[in-house]
Amino acid sequence: MIYRSLFPRDLMAELDRLLRDTQQNFHFSPTIRGIARGGFPAMNVGGTPQSVELYAFAPGIEPSTLDVQIEKGVLTIAGERQRQKPAEDATVHIDERFEGRFRRVVTLPDDIDPNAVDAKYTDGVLRISVGRKQSAQPRRITIQ
Amino acid sequence: MSDNTLVKKQNARDEAALLPPVDVIEDASGITLYADLPGVPKEKLTLQVEADTLTIEGEIDLDMPGGIEASHAEVSLPRYRRVFTLSKELDASKVAAEFSQGVLKLSIPKAAHAQPRKIEVQVM
Repeated sequence: MIYRSLFPRDLMAELDRLLRDTQQNFHFSPTIRGIARGGFPAMNVGGTPQSVELYAFAPGIEPSTLDVQIEKGVLTIAGERQRQKPAEDATVHIDERFEGRFRRVVTLPDDIDPNAVDAKYTDGVLRISVGRKQSAQPRRITIQ
Repeated sequence: MSDNTLVKKQNARDEAALLPPVDVIEDASGITLYADLPGVPKEKLTLQVEADTLTIEGEIDLDMPGGIEASHAEVSLPRYRRVFTLSKELDASKVAAEFSQGVLKLSIPKAAHAQPRKIEVQVM
């Protein structure tokens, strides 16, 4: 839910609201999970004839605490990013990095094989590669 | 349209880049900066201090299979850049950097003359 700014003279906040409103208005029928853009972790999704590739940009997370699940064609990435508490005499000048629990849900195409999943975490990016079913892969048909 | 628009942008500084989110925390000894640069390998991270300007730049390098077609992209540019102006009490020659799992930690100490010291108040 996006609220109107409490400080209408804050131009940047107003611009941000305007941008979100415009985005929502352009999606005449957004997905049931809302407009996913802007969530944590940011995600890029692509595909090849053999697999579906998902990249989740989740830096600074212990890979063992990441929870990746596939259930009924829905992929869920969940976890928590903890920040070191600043010392008591310290001053926080800028505070932009995400902190806390997160969960992102992605619907996968119908032709994926839930048993052929491979997940790797390198340089703060979680790469999930989901294979497609053999039967769904393109085949050349020989003419008799 | 003026002729200027035809001039090719050759300087790396002019290339479009993502703005990485940062945390900046100051304590008595100096400033600690954390920046999120996911997807940047260590060898493609560039840190530069020039006069009082600190530049953080990183190139994203993802391992992608051949023939991949993007269907949804939230990270739409392959590089990050962010520039900060340091203040003069910081000692730019002693910046220490750590980079792991896409998180950069920069420690910028305060110059010795700028370290806090208690000022005694004399009672006359």
